[in-house]
Amino acid sequence: MIAATAAPSAPLLTLLVLVPAAGAVLVASLARARAEWVKLAAIASSTTTLGFAIWMVVEFPTGSSGFQFVSRHEWIAQWGISWHLGVDGISLFLVLLTAALFPLVIAGVDAHHDEARYLAWMLLLEAGVMGSFLSLDLFLFFVFFEIVLVPMYFLIGGWGYDQRVYAAVKFFLYTMAGSALLLVGIVATAFIARERTGELTFDVVRIAGSGGFGTTEGRWLFVAFMVAFAVKVPLFPLHTWLPDAHTQAPTGGSVILAGVLLKLGTYGMLRFAIALFPEAAMWARPVVFTLAVVGIIYGAIAATMQTDLKRLVAYSSVAHLGFIVLGTFALTTGATTGSVMQMVNHGVSTGALFLLVGMISERRHTRAIADLGGIQSVAPVFAGFFMVVMLSSIGVPGLNGFVGEYLVLIGSFGEARWWVVAATTGVVLAALYLLWAYQRAFHGPAEGPNASFPEITVREGALLSVFVAAALVAGIYPKPMIDRVEPSVAALVERVRDAAQDGEVAP
Amino acid sequence: MNPATFVGPSIDWFLVAPLLALVAGIVVLLAVGSLTPRWPKGWYAGVAALAAGTAGTLAATAWERAVQPVGLAAGSLVIDRFAIVAVVAIALSTVLVAAMSDAAGTGNLEFSALLLAAAVGGTVMVVANDLVVLFVGLETMSLAFYVLAASDRDRPTSGEAGLKYFILGGFASAFFLFGVAFVYGSTGSTNLGTIAERLSSEVPVASTGALVLAGTALLFVGFAFKVSLVPFHVWTPDVYQGAPTPATAMFASVGKVVGVAALLRTFLSALPVRSDDWRPVVWVLAAATVVVGAVLAVVQRDAKRMLAYSSVSHAGFILVGLVAASRTNEPDAALGVPAVAAYLAVYSVLVVGTLAAVAHAAGAGDAPLSSLDGLGRTSPVVAWSATVLLLAQAGVPLTAGFVAKFGVIRAAVATGDHALAVVAMLGAVVAAYLYLRLMVGMWLKEPAQPDPRPVPVSTGTVVVACAAATLVVGVVPGPLLDALAGLGL
Repeated sequence: MIAATAAPSAPLLTLLVLVPAAGAVLVASLARARAEWVKLAAIASSTTTLGFAIWMVVEFPTGSSGFQFVSRHEWIAQWGISWHLGVDGISLFLVLLTAALFPLVIAGVDAHHDEARYLAWMLLLEAGVMGSFLSLDLFLFFVFFEIVLVPMYFLIGGWGYDQRVYAAVKFFLYTMAGSALLLVGIVATAFIARERTGELTFDVVRIAGSGGFGTTEGRWLFVAFMVAFAVKVPLFPLHTWLPDAHTQAPTGGSVILAGVLLKLGTYGMLRFAIALFPEAAMWARPVVFTLAVVGIIYGAIAATMQTDLKRLVAYSSVAHLGFIVLGTFALTTGATTGSVMQMVNHGVSTGALFLLVGMISERRHTRAIADLGGIQSVAPVFAGFFMVVMLSSIGVPGLNGFVGEYLVLIGSFGEARWWVVAATTGVVLAALYLLWAYQRAFHGPAEGPNASFPEITVREGALLSVFVAAALVAGIYPKPMIDRVEPSVAALVERVRDAAQDGEVAP
Repeated sequence: MNPATFVGPSIDWFLVAPLLALVAGIVVLLAVGSLTPRWPKGWYAGVAALAAGTAGTLAATAWERAVQPVGLAAGSLVIDRFAIVAVVAIALSTVLVAAMSDAAGTGNLEFSALLLAAAVGGTVMVVANDLVVLFVGLETMSLAFYVLAASDRDRPTSGEAGLKYFILGGFASAFFLFGVAFVYGSTGSTNLGTIAERLSSEVPVASTGALVLAGTALLFVGFAFKVSLVPFHVWTPDVYQGAPTPATAMFASVGKVVGVAALLRTFLSALPVRSDDWRPVVWVLAAATVVVGAVLAVVQRDAKRMLAYSSVSHAGFILVGLVAASRTNEPDAALGVPAVAAYLAVYSVLVVGTLAAVAHAAGAGDAPLSSLDGLGRTSPVVAWSATVLLLAQAGVPLTAGFVAKFGVIRAAVATGDHALAVVAMLGAVVAAYLYLRLMVGMWLKEPAQPDPRPVPVSTGTVVVACAAATLVVGVVPGPLLDALAGLGL
């Protein structure tokens, strides 16, 4: 199953984790002596990481389904735990997205105070997210998955808006409650798999390749994994932390939170919950589909009702992530490929939306839709950017959002017909809440402080152009991306379907 | 009674050298210190730290010999690797507490001598292989603790803490002693090994069975008080809050290590035959302790009270390891004792470091949560270290606290006890909230006085060393785990 290519000379994936971590240390140590170099150091280390990520994508063999660039070293030998990293089509573009978002956010969004600490947490966050996407060891994954909470907690709590402490604590506790079960599940998985692998190991590849789990134990373990990931995604009804965390986080934090952190949940579902427990995944599908569709419709309706622009975008994430979960669990090559693409696309479009909302709130010191109006007439370029990004989020053909959503809906139709029918209304609602918000905030006459709404600056324009370019490229010519994602997804889907059909190896 | 004729016990002096070092420290302090004029600041605590450090080093040198348990003094003491780990943890905690006591203003002659006296009692308890010796150690340590709790004569709450501790502790000792008597009554011995032998070899008649059960229950109550398990925990918050902070650190670290270690030795080496009887009780109390401790901790307004309840919660977590170790018919039951030993060693460092930071922020007295406000601005080094220690207590990965928690959870899951593992982890999530509350104060609130506060060298060393050790063990836990791997009782 594993067709590891000859590793390139440099331990590429290890560097993807260690460079930002080292950057964080560097930034923290420069804080006192050379405060003016801090930002430069942060940009340099995150850009270096991006460089490595681009190198990785270029070297990645199109059409292969196995893990590439695998790097493996013993870490805690006594517990069967190793530093085991690898990348395949499923994680490839999530890693690239992570590597691209961080330098953009670091360079494009200011911290306002305590810059060095802010940047150090950001880089530590990047290291944690990278590690989560690259880990092929359950224990290592848990370490990164959990460590991500710490920088995010401090970013929300230290640089957020009025209710930041409440939001930060809520975020931390919700996610930690989910991972409490995950930890027990991971340990139990390793011990149960020991009977087949012969030794205690947390290696996902070996555990998945060693045969199925008994029906009952597989389902229990699946539930333990799913709760943790469902909180992270967040799947209805575990989503209540998200609007608070997104709204209260500083702009940079929101972009990262929506862009990559939520994907840890959907990625975890696909890589771990589904891949390790295929029978249980098929068994749970009706429930997951239902929750995903409820999330799509509920998120859309809730978004429509919001008065705060940032909260609106946050609820739209709940709806979008519902599509991704739907496609992930449909387990057809088309739908699951679509949801992997949608994970990346959502990162681009919602990340950009949060940036735009952040710019509005910096200019107007309010995020209430009612306080805005007529911005289009005073800042047409700004409004243009907002329009394009919004259309990409709605999923208009020609932009990135369309590709993923379309693949998800088409691919899921045969598997979950009525759920898809219900989910499609979410596409319509997405147009409703975003266009309505746009109409209220950007159309009409500009009065009061809105009349002096400053036009976009060069730096902001450059920042947003990257997002818009990515949305256009991925929307018009998604083939290179599909070619790299699809083989891994197809192999996974085939394996899961076979395993679920064969029934279980031994009770 | 064993008909063997009395032979004067031969004593391997090298193996008892840690005890001698501690006693020598007390003698130097009391005899020399009280006859000479007041020593310069820090010297009393320095002697205590030196004695404890020597004791720990001496104990560690016996590591190779203790591959097999070595009986001492006619089998009333036993030196095995588990005992050595516990003694080293006691000595290390004592060194750290002595070091922090200096800056906290409690590093005087009596305080330092009492620290060593408590360490002596604790050391006797963890090497005791006989219930009577265990009781002697327990009383030595407890009496020192009572006085330590009451040692701040300027604060009435300190006296109150001492009195409360004394009265409730006296009750617990009485329970314990009753337990010893009952067990002796049914088995005819107080030696742990002999008790186990007799319980397994003879077919107990009905009355003996009841006596053993009653004795086991009473012993457990005594231990449960010492390690503050729910519902025997009610003294903990008052005593932890009222006592001077270094004394609190001593109770939380040494008290917990010793109580748990002695509990493990008694129940696993003397009463394993009865484990099906006592395991359900320990199971329920462990689960209740983790959850109740964490929930009550969250609503406290004083940092020391909060940490008291958090220590209650930790005690429950540790007992999860005892439950795992008691399932001797499971192949993985041997994971239990190493997990507990690792947890104890890690926890004692975490709690002393955390309390040293609290002592820096609030002094040795009460520590309302607001006293931590803005510590990130006034004393960033202490605040960073305290953050690491608090995250470790919450069980965040890459810290020693995670290694400790993971070991216990692993032992529970490996012996098939998923339910207890889940309860313990959910308790840990609740507890995480209280550590977050402390961090919120340090980082996200404004200090009452924004001026930087100088950190005394001793406090700074303790806090930074604890935090650094936490990170090192968290990132590279292999050596610690390897050392503890074969530990058993």
